Amino acid sequence: MISTQTQPTKLTFDVVKIRKDFPILSQQVHGKALVYLDNAATSQKPQVVIDSLVRYYTEFNSNVHRGVHLLSEQATKAYEESRVKVQRYINAKRSEEIIFTRGTTEGINLVAQSFGRANIHEGDEIIISGMEHHSNIVPWQMLCAEKKATLRVIPIDDNGEIILDEYVKLFNDKTRFAAYTHVSNALGTVNPIKHMIETAHAHNVPVLIDGAQAIPHLRIDVQELDYDFYVFSSHKMFGPTGIGVVYGKKSLLETMPPYQGGGDMIKSVTFEKTIYNDLPYKFEAGTPNIADTIAFGVAIDYLNSLDFEAIHDYEQELLEYATEKLSTVNGLTIIGTAREKAGVVSFTLDGIHPHDIGTILDTEGIAIRTGHHCAQLVMQRFCVPATARASFAFYNTKNEIDALVDGINKVKEIFS
Amino acid sequence: MNPELKELYQEVILDHNKSPRNFRVMEDADRKIEGFNPLCGDHYVVYLKVRDGVVQDLSFTGSGCAISKASASVMSSIVKGKSVQEAELLFEKFHQLVMGDLNGEANAESLGKLIAFAGVSEFPARVKCASLAWHTLHTALTSNEEQVSTE
Ligand SMILES: Cc1ncc(COP(=O)(O)O)c(C=O)c1O
Repeated sequence: MISTQTQPTKLTFDVVKIRKDFPILSQQVHGKALVYLDNAATSQKPQVVIDSLVRYYTEFNSNVHRGVHLLSEQATKAYEESRVKVQRYINAKRSEEIIFTRGTTEGINLVAQSFGRANIHEGDEIIISGMEHHSNIVPWQMLCAEKKATLRVIPIDDNGEIILDEYVKLFNDKTRFAAYTHVSNALGTVNPIKHMIETAHAHNVPVLIDGAQAIPHLRIDVQELDYDFYVFSSHKMFGPTGIGVVYGKKSLLETMPPYQGGGDMIKSVTFEKTIYNDLPYKFEAGTPNIADTIAFGVAIDYLNSLDFEAIHDYEQELLEYATEKLSTVNGLTIIGTAREKAGVVSFTLDGIHPHDIGTILDTEGIAIRTGHHCAQLVMQRFCVPATARASFAFYNTKNEIDALVDGINKVKEIFS
Repeated sequence: MNPELKELYQEVILDHNKSPRNFRVMEDADRKIEGFNPLCGDHYVVYLKVRDGVVQDLSFTGSGCAISKASASVMSSIVKGKSVQEAELLFEKFHQLVMGDLNGEANAESLGKLIAFAGVSEFPARVKCASLAWHTLHTALTSNEEQVSTE
């Protein structure tokens, strides 16, 4: 594990102890200790989150916002408590600004279909970046096709950083919206979003930030940076799948039409007219994902129980260590060398396709991601069909990175 | 090396990956068809010349993992000179082979070098890699489409 002798000051949290919170990590795969380095795809869940799911179904499974009976009251209370936990976690002003969705993808679609369809018209322009996940491209493309609007793309440089001079030039009097990722899932780049939001706001353009990869690594304060929309998924931040968040400024959300129609999003329905419910329910049609939402709140409690600064420093240390170690492997090229990065090392090996790397590492018990990571535009930018990607969470160790490097050397042997 | 892995990355496969056969553009092809696997970025173009129901020439270009490239290479060398019917039959058997559904010695024997891909059946995630070129060929032989995708 971590040698406290070499790094005596930085490690104020105990990774050995933390790993015990995540039962899946003590598993073996293919007879080898699991080395889980696919955290950017989805993170593992601590026991408290798993227990919460069991507890809900065992003790108070019931629909929310409807029942007059005790179980429904309990479920509603726990569900709404999660909303407040999310609100506090990202320092939103009001809990009505927290809208639950299935995840980042649904959240972006909500904003595109609701805010976008109401505010984007023929000839308008929307700015996105050249390092977006398909989730933050396709909904805007669909909107542009429908409205005859145009998508403008911020170019990125060879290090995988946004070219800010080019970004500024994209704004003109047709620009109506901007959407970009906080942290790139394919490159690990942390974008200078404070600066980027200021630029957009100077042109009166609202911004959506895709926070899917940022939320597990960075402290998010939606008021501090004056976010208009911030979107993320629970499953990448140690909570369950199937639940995510759109944070939106109340003033914007209030002007937006509903995204889906159905139960719970209305105040009254006659055949002539429906009066929509207040925020946030206007955007939460139908029975929500109750158990996972409650467990998501528990994941946030868990994160709050940790020393965030210590986690951040530790993850940065893992990233540095991995970058350094992998750089010594002959024939290995790291794709994405931005000055500021979070938790991701994407790489290629000369003459060996990432898919083969992934299969061989898997037989060593090492789980990484290979492919285009739903970021085909990034792959095109770097002229590679795909990369192998190791992505870290605070429960990973330097030993696991050593195992990765050993595994890569085995891959090279097989293909030598 | 782990025995399953050894089954997967057989010498034949590593060799065809390194020096793929019939790896060239065919200027006077009758048909040229693209195959994609969007998930891993594998992308090949298969060129075909068919005369009197016989595959006279077959070549390919493109890039992808070792399994997909070796599969395209072995396919190209085996199918050349075979009738369209025979090629279609091989496609079916190959599919069964990589799915682990092929039974009987006789069937295995008729596959020749393709048997090197038997190990793929232990790696479900790699079945698409192994069959991409074959799906592309199949489409080239049987339809008018111009693109194939394994997604
Ligand atoms: C940057 C980014 N945006 C969006 C998504 C989509 O998230 P989800 O699949 O949870 O909707 C991901 C997840 O892969 C991502 O990394």
